[in-house]
Amino acid sequence: MEGSLASVAKGRELDGNGIIAAIKASGIEYILAVPDIVTSAGLLFPIARDKDLKLVRVCKEDECVGIASGLSYCDKRALILIQYTGFLDSLNAIRGVAVEYKQPICMMVGLLGHDPEKTPRASPRYGVRIIEPILEDMGIAHHLLSVDADVAKIKPAIDKAYTESHPVTFLVGRSPKAS
Amino acid sequence: MMKRDECFRILARHVTDQAVVATYSSAVDWVGVSPRPLNYLSIGAMGLDSSHGLGLALGRPDRRVIVLQGDGSLLMNLGCLVTIGAVAPKNLVHFVAHNETYEANGGHPIPQRGVDFANMARAAGYAATHDFSDLRIFEQQVAHVLEQDGPVFATLHVEPSKPLTYDYPSLYDPAKRKAFKAAFNAKA
Repeated sequence: MEGSLASVAKGRELDGNGIIAAIKASGIEYILAVPDIVTSAGLLFPIARDKDLKLVRVCKEDECVGIASGLSYCDKRALILIQYTGFLDSLNAIRGVAVEYKQPICMMVGLLGHDPEKTPRASPRYGVRIIEPILEDMGIAHHLLSVDADVAKIKPAIDKAYTESHPVTFLVGRSPKAS
Repeated sequence: MMKRDECFRILARHVTDQAVVATYSSAVDWVGVSPRPLNYLSIGAMGLDSSHGLGLALGRPDRRVIVLQGDGSLLMNLGCLVTIGAVAPKNLVHFVAHNETYEANGGHPIPQRGVDFANMARAAGYAATHDFSDLRIFEQQVAHVLEQDGPVFATLHVEPSKPLTYDYPSLYDPAKRKAFKAAFNAKA
C-alpha cells in the first residue's frame, strides 16, 4: 500500500504519455471510462485518439466493473478510468465482483479536489481522505500516482492483479500533463 | 401473459454453445431448465448482469452471449442500455423478464409497472428489439431473435412466478466460475 509522502514531491509533474505507455506495456487492451476531471485532459482525450487502446465510454462506473469482469473471463485486460466519486458510488459492485469473487479489476481513480502536495489521507477534500482507508478495509492493493517516478508502479501491479486474480487501484493525485 | 419458466424451456431448445448470463429469479428458473457450464451466474451486484454480458461479448466476438435479466435488475442499471447500444456488439442478445415486481423480495412492485423497456432499448441504439407477451409467438420467433445481428433486446412479459428457492451458495459457487471460463474458452 503506497500512499506515502515519498510519492508526494513538491513541484513535480505527472506525464500523461508516460502513464499511457505504462498502461499499454501492461497488456491493457480496453479502457472503460466515465469522464473524470483530474484525468480527462492528460489521459482520457489522448486515449480516445490512441489506436492501440479500445475505449468504451460507459454511463456509470459500476458498469465498468461488470464489463471488466466479463473481459477477464476472455483473458482480455481492461483498465477502469474513473473519478473517486464514481469509485465510491461503485463500492457494492467492487465488493462483490473484485473482492468477493477475486476478479482482476484494475482501476485508475482521479482524486478530484486533492492537493497533490499532500498525501490522500491529509487531503483537504473529505471524499479523498476516506479513499485509502476504504481500500485498506476492503483489502484492495493501491498505489499513488503523483509524480513521474510513480508510473513505474503500474505494470508490475497490473501484471500481479491478473496473475493472482485480485483487484488493484491507482490513485491519481495530480492532473497528468497532456502532451 | 407468459410464464418465465415456460419461456426459458422454449429458449433452452435453441441454446447450444452460447454463454448465458443470468441472475436472481431468472437464474433460478434458467438453471432449473438448463444446468450447464456455460451459465455465468456470479454477477456480484444486482443489475450488473448486462454489463458482464457486454464484457463477454466484447472479449469473444466469435461467441454469442445471452443475458437473462429481470426488470428490477435492469432498472438498477438502466444506463447499460445506452452503453450497450453505443458499443453495439453483434453477438449479444438481452432478454428482460418483465413481471413488474421485485420477485426475490416477495413481490413488491417496481416503481413504474408499465415501463416500455423495448422502446428504451430501441432509442438507446439496439439493432433489434422485440416485445413478447404470447408464448406461441415467442416460440415461433425465438430462433430468429437468437440469430439476429445484435445487440438484440427482447422483453418477455411474464407473470410473477410462485415462490422460488434461491440457493445462492450453489449459484455463486467459485467452481462454477472456473467451469464457465474453461467451457467458454474451449476450442470448438
